[in-house]
Amino acid sequence: MGSRASSLLREEDIEEIKKETGFSHSQITRLYSRFHSLDKGENGALSREDFQRIPELAINPLGDRIINAFFPEGEDQVNFRGFMRTLAHFRPVEDNEKNKDPNSGEPLNSRNNKLLFAFRLYDLDRDDKISRDELLQVLRMMVGVNISDEQLGSIADRTIQEADTNGDMSISFSEFIKVLEKVDVEQKMSIRFLH
Amino acid sequence: MWISVVLALTVLPAMFGLSLGFTDLYIKVLVKTLEWAALRIQRAQKVPAVPCHLPNGIIQKGDSSMEEEIVELRRMHPHPLTGGNFTLCDTFYFCKKGIESIVEDQVTQRFTSEELASWNLLTRTNNNFHYISMRVTIIWGLGVFIRYCILLPLRIILAATGLSWLVIGTTLVGILPNSNVKDRISDLLHITCYRICARGLSAKIHYHNKENHPKKGGICVANHTSPIDIVILANDGCYAMVGQVHGGLMGLIQRSMVRSCPHVWFERSEMKDRHAVAKRLRDHVADKTKQPILIFPEGTCINNTSVMMFKKGSFEIGKTIHPVAIKYDPQFGDAFWNSAKYSMVAYLLRMMTSWAIVCNVWYLPPMSQQDGEDAVNFANRVKSAIAHQGGLVDLSWDGGLKRGKVKESYKEAQQKMYSSMIVGISLKPSDMM
Repeated sequence: MGSRASSLLREEDIEEIKKETGFSHSQITRLYSRFHSLDKGENGALSREDFQRIPELAINPLGDRIINAFFPEGEDQVNFRGFMRTLAHFRPVEDNEKNKDPNSGEPLNSRNNKLLFAFRLYDLDRDDKISRDELLQVLRMMVGVNISDEQLGSIADRTIQEADTNGDMSISFSEFIKVLEKVDVEQKMSIRFLH
Repeated sequence: MWISVVLALTVLPAMFGLSLGFTDLYIKVLVKTLEWAALRIQRAQKVPAVPCHLPNGIIQKGDSSMEEEIVELRRMHPHPLTGGNFTLCDTFYFCKKGIESIVEDQVTQRFTSEELASWNLLTRTNNNFHYISMRVTIIWGLGVFIRYCILLPLRIILAATGLSWLVIGTTLVGILPNSNVKDRISDLLHITCYRICARGLSAKIHYHNKENHPKKGGICVANHTSPIDIVILANDGCYAMVGQVHGGLMGLIQRSMVRSCPHVWFERSEMKDRHAVAKRLRDHVADKTKQPILIFPEGTCINNTSVMMFKKGSFEIGKTIHPVAIKYDPQFGDAFWNSAKYSMVAYLLRMMTSWAIVCNVWYLPPMSQQDGEDAVNFANRVKSAIAHQGGLVDLSWDGGLKRGKVKESYKEAQQKMYSSMIVGISLKPSDMM
């Protein structure tokens, strides 16, 4: 019913999530409400099916990859902490000004971490390299049936050629960062959360 | 003796459409109480007075198109590729859109009850409101007692009276030969029953633009929130109902209703045959002596914050459509029937233990299909008019998504659009989503 949603979230939990992710108190309670409404099985965790029930996500060409990003290696349930940790990547960088804590290490929504999130969408086997195959897979997801294999292949080849500086025919994370260094990652990979 | 007094107090005013003023007084007292409670809650809340569930959402979304966003992404990319425009940062667009939809989407929120900005002293809507003060708790407790021990039994009696009146009355009228008198008595019977039922819900309905009331031989379409919509609309006029044949109590009511005036009840098997359905509806409206048909083109209950896709079936019949917009005030009771969560009986009990049902009904001017306009566009035009009048969000998404999966063709349309940005395929207008 959602009526007891926030009473299941304790203040200590909220404080911990606040420290780890940088979200404000009210943002956390509202996102908890959202988490709870997606959790049809009411077991405190989301499965892949719970995400796929969102029509706008189901029609997103990269929907499956995005859903994957929430689930740690080999798991198929994500709890609220994991949910928030993943969403934290999309907090705007400006919001960090209030929570400047020198001991907290690199925030989840740093430019680097945002780029890492995008990199991992390609790098399915987590070997820290985007191979030609992995690139082709993502391309195929985005274009559907509208482009031939040959054309797609040459696009992939050109992309790797552009980015690959050490000649290993794949794109490492540092090569990825270099290619995108002029792109406004902070703005393009951020969502404006209302307070 | 008591029974006759009760009957007199309920049935007679209902027959003549008079109100004894109880409901109005009750609503006035209720409004004052809820305002007082809202003030106390605001004062007591330590978190600054921003309710946790704002109606304007959790995030602020931009409204630029895929093309605009990706072009902007690429502008910052060092060297545009020749003969095939792809950049590694293209994924950012889909990524951001995907995460936005996970945080907040336009569809899934329509199938659960609307969140209130301020608590209305019902346990069921208590989302974030902890213990405020002794006084509020006492009023809440008093409210529980009044609603469950006084109002509920009263309302159940009223509902039972209304329904038995309908069943007995229509069966008796059915015996009469067809004539004008029979029709008038039948109309009176139906309206009386619905009025009694409305009192059984403490319903306060405000009808606007009565001059646009649906005429005989027309089709009335409205947005759907709950089975109570029928009671709300039928309090102000007689309609021919359309629906599936049920068993049990519903079936009994259906069979008796049809004895006194024509309604359109379909067997489950008939519903699958769209042509048969269309034919029966067409035959009904062709007869100018029959009451206007009442149809809910969304096909399912939505939570009254938006209007979802109208199924084109009713708009293909080719007659004048009389749109009606219904908007409930969520402060007094949540009218939405979440059929996944509550059975019909549980739902009716919830309705009868709410404070009241307060709603506005707007009759819109009749609309007809224009030359060269197909049924889908006509349906969308009517839907927009209803959404605009009722202050509801106009969505193209199918209400069937409550239970079913979204069609692959929407994803394919996005893929096609993106592909055109890579290799410059020319797009036909029909490919646009």
